[in-house]
Amino acid sequence: MKSSVITFPGSNCDRDMDVALKKFGFTNKMVWHDDNKLPKSDLVVLPGGFSYGDYLRCGSMASKSKIMQSVINFAKSGGLVMGICNGFQILVETGLVPGVLLRNKYLEFICKNVFVKLDNKENTYFKNLNKDVLELHIAHNEGNYFCTKDQLKEIKDNNQIAIYYCNSDGKIEDQYNPNGSLKNIAGIFNKEKNVLGMMPHPERMIDESLSGEDGSLFFKNLLNNIR
Amino acid sequence: MEVNEQIAIDHGLKSEEYKKICKLLKRTPNITELGIFSAMWNEHCSYKSSRLHLKKLPTKGKKVIQGPGENAGIIDIEDGDAIVFKIESHNHPSFIEPYQGAATGVGGIMRDVFTMGARPIANLNSIHFGSPQHKKTKNLLRGVVHGIGGYGNCMGVPTIAGQTSFDSSYNGNILVNAMTLGLVKKNKIFYSKAAGLNKPVIYVGSKTGRDGIHGASMASASFDEKIEEKKPTVQVGDPFTEKLLLEACLELMAGDSIIAIQDMGAAGLTSSSIEMASKGNLGIEIDLNKVPCRETKMTPYEIMLSESQERMLIVLENGKEETAKKIFDKWNLDFAVIGKTTNSKNIELFFNQEQVAKIPVNILVENSPMYDRKWKKSKLPKKNKIKNEVLNKLKIKDVLKKVLLNQNICSKEWIWQQYDHTVMGDTIQKPGGDSGVVRVHGTNKAVAASVDSSAVYCWAHPLTGGKQVVAESWRNLISVGAKPIAITNCLNFGSPEKEDNMGEFVECVQGIGEASKYLNFPVVSGNVSFYNQTKEVGIKPTPSIGGVGLIKDYKKMISMDLKEIDNLVLIIGKTEGHIDQSLFARTILDEKNGPPPEVNLFNEKNNGESILNLIDKGYVKSAHDISLGGLLVAISKMCIKGNKGIKINKSKNLINEIEYFFAEDQGRYLIEVNKKDLKEVTKILNKNSVHHEELGIITQNDMIINEKTKVTIDELKSYYTNWLSKYMS
Repeated sequence: MKSSVITFPGSNCDRDMDVALKKFGFTNKMVWHDDNKLPKSDLVVLPGGFSYGDYLRCGSMASKSKIMQSVINFAKSGGLVMGICNGFQILVETGLVPGVLLRNKYLEFICKNVFVKLDNKENTYFKNLNKDVLELHIAHNEGNYFCTKDQLKEIKDNNQIAIYYCNSDGKIEDQYNPNGSLKNIAGIFNKEKNVLGMMPHPERMIDESLSGEDGSLFFKNLLNNIR
Repeated sequence: MEVNEQIAIDHGLKSEEYKKICKLLKRTPNITELGIFSAMWNEHCSYKSSRLHLKKLPTKGKKVIQGPGENAGIIDIEDGDAIVFKIESHNHPSFIEPYQGAATGVGGIMRDVFTMGARPIANLNSIHFGSPQHKKTKNLLRGVVHGIGGYGNCMGVPTIAGQTSFDSSYNGNILVNAMTLGLVKKNKIFYSKAAGLNKPVIYVGSKTGRDGIHGASMASASFDEKIEEKKPTVQVGDPFTEKLLLEACLELMAGDSIIAIQDMGAAGLTSSSIEMASKGNLGIEIDLNKVPCRETKMTPYEIMLSESQERMLIVLENGKEETAKKIFDKWNLDFAVIGKTTNSKNIELFFNQEQVAKIPVNILVENSPMYDRKWKKSKLPKKNKIKNEVLNKLKIKDVLKKVLLNQNICSKEWIWQQYDHTVMGDTIQKPGGDSGVVRVHGTNKAVAASVDSSAVYCWAHPLTGGKQVVAESWRNLISVGAKPIAITNCLNFGSPEKEDNMGEFVECVQGIGEASKYLNFPVVSGNVSFYNQTKEVGIKPTPSIGGVGLIKDYKKMISMDLKEIDNLVLIIGKTEGHIDQSLFARTILDEKNGPPPEVNLFNEKNNGESILNLIDKGYVKSAHDISLGGLLVAISKMCIKGNKGIKINKSKNLINEIEYFFAEDQGRYLIEVNKKDLKEVTKILNKNSVHHEELGIITQNDMIINEKTKVTIDELKSYYTNWLSKYMS
């Protein structure tokens, strides 16, 4: 299975994603933001980091970079596109997924393990996953998901909410919401479920010596589903 | 502008230093030249008060590839790999402008490391603030933490460990020390020594602006009430540009274009160009019109003294300009050929076709002032006699609660949760442990690092304090199963012109030297920060020691969380009951006098090496060194992290219970071992003559002390974890 990770100036989780994808059997290529063409891919990943320094709204500059037109076309033709952290912020800025990501509620960067509840397994990303709650890791300053009431209704009606912040038992409550996200939303799909944006980093949870191993489950399962 | 003595004094030079300049040049310097002298001869850049004493530190060892004198120190971690590391202060700017001061401190130290060809793999920091009640403390703390996070997080380098303390002596002068470790192949290290004639001198990175002019001079003076006016001397950081600069430099370094490279840190273009020329015994010629400037009409003086961040100076091989330019263009960074190396041994500057400065390099470097400052020796204070009746009135649980709640003991999670500590995917021990640990990417090795300081001990007796900090760094590395290799030091002191402060410096350095020599734990890099002083009041002497060690098989790393019920906890090292200068004495008894605990280097070495031996044999399940707060604090942290309880035996020692639990005797650790291994463990410890005793047995929950005092895990957690976040909200 072929994957591509886009490197924007200021991306800093691009290598980590490359390591994770290769570890679980993807043949991965790094793609430069200034290129026009995507290599043939089964999965395109927009990694975490601070693209263009995020001095403007997070992800907004990156969403206009050269390669993104190809990524958008790829997504619109049904290709799998996953945005993690800054990648999620970029996806939001392209409009591929609805809503915005505001600054964290307490105006502080947060780096810690969180639990997320999978809401919808009818998609390539989570289908067949034998767990409903994953322990993943967040590290962000702007992960506070927000959208309008109409948008919220729409994404709910279309089952577009991918994951919610919760506790280890899968309880979705305010106290388990690390950043003030609307309804504890940690990740969402586009309508067609081929585009996934999420704040947590599965690539930081890929072996027992790290913060946890649920990232491994995620990547193994994803590879099997693509196959 | 005609230069005279008064202008020189306004630049921070002393009258006799100005006279020396005129004599060496055989003329009066012009204003640009004076600016250059003031930048090179200030305390921060010239080490004029400290050089004499720093020379005495042990800097060599089998594992040392590069000692002090370069951008950073380098140690061998085998298999062709090396670790580049250094700690540096950014105290003065951080007090004036906490966010930018701290951020550029982090940026500066990372540049020092990647200048040598290493990719930064871990950041650490040691930060010290005034009393929590002081009106500035909260804002300074918030600003510094945001600044460190803002820069390090954006760079994508994990911040894996640190230290935070509060003490009223920092009310007017906070400390911000930043440390970085980088990984490099031994055969791909880059140095700052220029070589060869007519080689192009290249400027890369950000443009030069008017920010940070005289930053290094500002950091070489005490503060007074006009300190706010110095804000323009603080640099402004741009971590995004530094991330690009890092990637571009490493890309260029993969080839063979670079002869020498030096970052523009303190004193900017001045010190970087002079240092490269001086090390290569060459001259350098620069056309200042070619320097990329951010602002219009910048004068030669401003260009030379700007401390704009994220800039590098490179001496390239002839004919490699195009190759290099392509890389910097790709990363959208400025690239300009601004001069060349010459055989004149002068630094020669041109502006609008005119020569605006010409100074022999050796005058600036070798002839820079060096002082043998007067200093006062400290006496070892007399021991306090604390009456048993006083101690017997205290309830252990109350004392434990107060100590765990203390700002210098309690959890600093509020701070380190704001630092990305997991990016790069190799952090196997997060902040909050004895050391941070990162794997050497793609190998079975891991590198451990810790940063420590004990200002209270150094203040009470500098010689003992200096030794103690090195010993503590050593213990923190041992506790995670790392073999200690070398240290970097950041020496934060008051004014060297005061005999007391200078004495503290001299004797702390002596103590550091003695311990590092005995433990074979050499000093490979460092930095001195004097004048941490407001008017007449200086800080407590605060040398920070950054230690680095190697774990050959990362799966053997040890952490402090208790692992298994029914396992035993052993105390390694003898508890004598030294209470003076302990956190208990200072906060509970309000007793601030007396000597710090004695440091026995033989025991430190013997105990540490014996524990490494036990770890290597697989007998140690968890470990933690006993330091600030004493035995009960140490075991509390292990219980909290492991979410387990412990039943503590009655001590066989005759000392008072309170002394037993809260004394800060040195050279001690707690280790967890399985019952079935006890015999073998005891045998090894006895063979090595290591004092040890059984503290107790691990239980499901509750800490039970001497069968009568019960503290639940939840109580321990609530004492330990809440203070800082409550204080900051």
